[in-house]
Amino acid sequence: MEGWDPTTKSTLTQIPLLSVKAGPRDGGAWTQRLKEEYKALIAYTSMNKSNDNDWFRISAANPEGTRWTGKCWYVHNLLKYEFDLQFDIPVTYPATAPELELPQLDGKTQKMYRGGKICLTVHFKPLWAKNCPRFGIAHALCLGLAPWLAAEIPILVDSGMIKHKDDAASSNES
Amino acid sequence: MEAELKGLLSDLQSLKDSLPDPSHRNSVDKIRARLEHLKLGNAQRSKIKDMSAEVVDSNPYSRLMALQRMGIVDNYERIREFSVAIVGIGGVGSVAAEMLTRCGIGRLLLYDYDKVELANMNRLFFRPEQVGMTKTDAAVQTLSDINPDVVLESYTLNIATVQGFETFMSSLKNKSFRPDKEGTGVDLVLSCVDNYEARMVVNQACNELNQTWMESGVSENAVSGHIQLLVPGETACFACAPPLGVVAGLLVQNTLKYLLKFGNVTPYLKEYILAKPARVAAARAKMEAEAFVEPECLHADNEWNISVVDDSDPHSNASSGALPEGLVHELPSADEFQKPPASAETTATPIDDLEDLRRQLDALNAD
Repeated sequence: MEGWDPTTKSTLTQIPLLSVKAGPRDGGAWTQRLKEEYKALIAYTSMNKSNDNDWFRISAANPEGTRWTGKCWYVHNLLKYEFDLQFDIPVTYPATAPELELPQLDGKTQKMYRGGKICLTVHFKPLWAKNCPRFGIAHALCLGLAPWLAAEIPILVDSGMIKHKDDAASSNES
Repeated sequence: MEAELKGLLSDLQSLKDSLPDPSHRNSVDKIRARLEHLKLGNAQRSKIKDMSAEVVDSNPYSRLMALQRMGIVDNYERIREFSVAIVGIGGVGSVAAEMLTRCGIGRLLLYDYDKVELANMNRLFFRPEQVGMTKTDAAVQTLSDINPDVVLESYTLNIATVQGFETFMSSLKNKSFRPDKEGTGVDLVLSCVDNYEARMVVNQACNELNQTWMESGVSENAVSGHIQLLVPGETACFACAPPLGVVAGLLVQNTLKYLLKFGNVTPYLKEYILAKPARVAAARAKMEAEAFVEPECLHADNEWNISVVDDSDPHSNASSGALPEGLVHELPSADEFQKPPASAETTATPIDDLEDLRRQLDALNAD
């Protein structure tokens, strides 16, 4: 955790840790894990809201809780940039982290694998591996997606690779 | 191509029939003869029932069957009984598939979810006109042209998803190719994927099926690579011994050694392309010495008191145990986390219903 800013660190310690080591193929144990995932996500989302740092929406897209969809956003120069967020829970979860996807940014940055999977290899995967099974979806968003957005969105905006939705609309009209 | 030629021929026939002047029919027949010639030239070779060792230019297996005559392989023709699953049809997997196809392997199962892109053209196998096709379909197209004797199965799916994994498992278990085979329906699984997650999925499937597999990888800078043999219950599984990161050829050679039982099947090979020769020689000598000694007694002493423990015993889990002196966990342990909410939950009503939790998150998501 060296090199992480104090805010992220203190936020992280307040996200409930998980204890059930179970993946989507583990039946009842997965349901228990899913409950822990929800509790952690609820705690993290409410914490973000009370700290005026709300930055994502995520919910299960199927009853099994193996596919998740939602939105995430980042504010740069007082403008809000919002993106679709989606991922599958891999069969080897929680030994391997979910691969977070921002499909709208596919092909726009090198810090990404095919299909809009953000690169988590260096900054997040080692942390996930060390903290298995205590980290869950909420931790992946906090330590995986949030720093990625903070590092990449300003570059993408400044290089003109992505445009704010108001700019994009006005340039289409003209 | 063949269908188009056939269409052209039938169009020509109807044109000939509809011609009012019989004197033109002769020239139509000439065009027809040229088309027939073209058709013969383009025809895929027909399937071959038995592998022949006859050394003639028209025998696709003559050079391979020579291995048998020279005493390298006992029975080369057995290769037609084998099924090999290749996961990941990229730089390594596609070339391995082509090599095995040319060797006359019985059946190949190909898994990938990607499409062919122009960015793939620096590697062998895929052609620019295949851009946009799924990699598995493009591979089947090329491979069936090269050797129509090989049974090819194309699976366009992501094995890491729950649904993809189920299909992956059932395809490995399917024994319709050789119903009398013991175990699974395949003889070997080759992992030619490009990421840790997918390797872990192959590891999971093969452990569950007790299926021998080989792992391969090439480093991002393409100056080193590895292949690793994994026999569930015998060699360390991939989750316990993940390796650090010209491989397709080595992988297929190892595959043929394993299937046709000749030479030594390499348990672990790492190619050092940039290392100093002396270091390579030393490393190789060490690996070979370690790899091929048949141990009588595996470990005479047990200095570290390593023993097999029961999974259910929580205290035996090293990761939850005490840290060496001077080290502290930066994060609270999950067990400690469980304690404070337990007291809090006695006062507040505990929510432990999945639906309630889902609704609670939805409510938070709503505004």
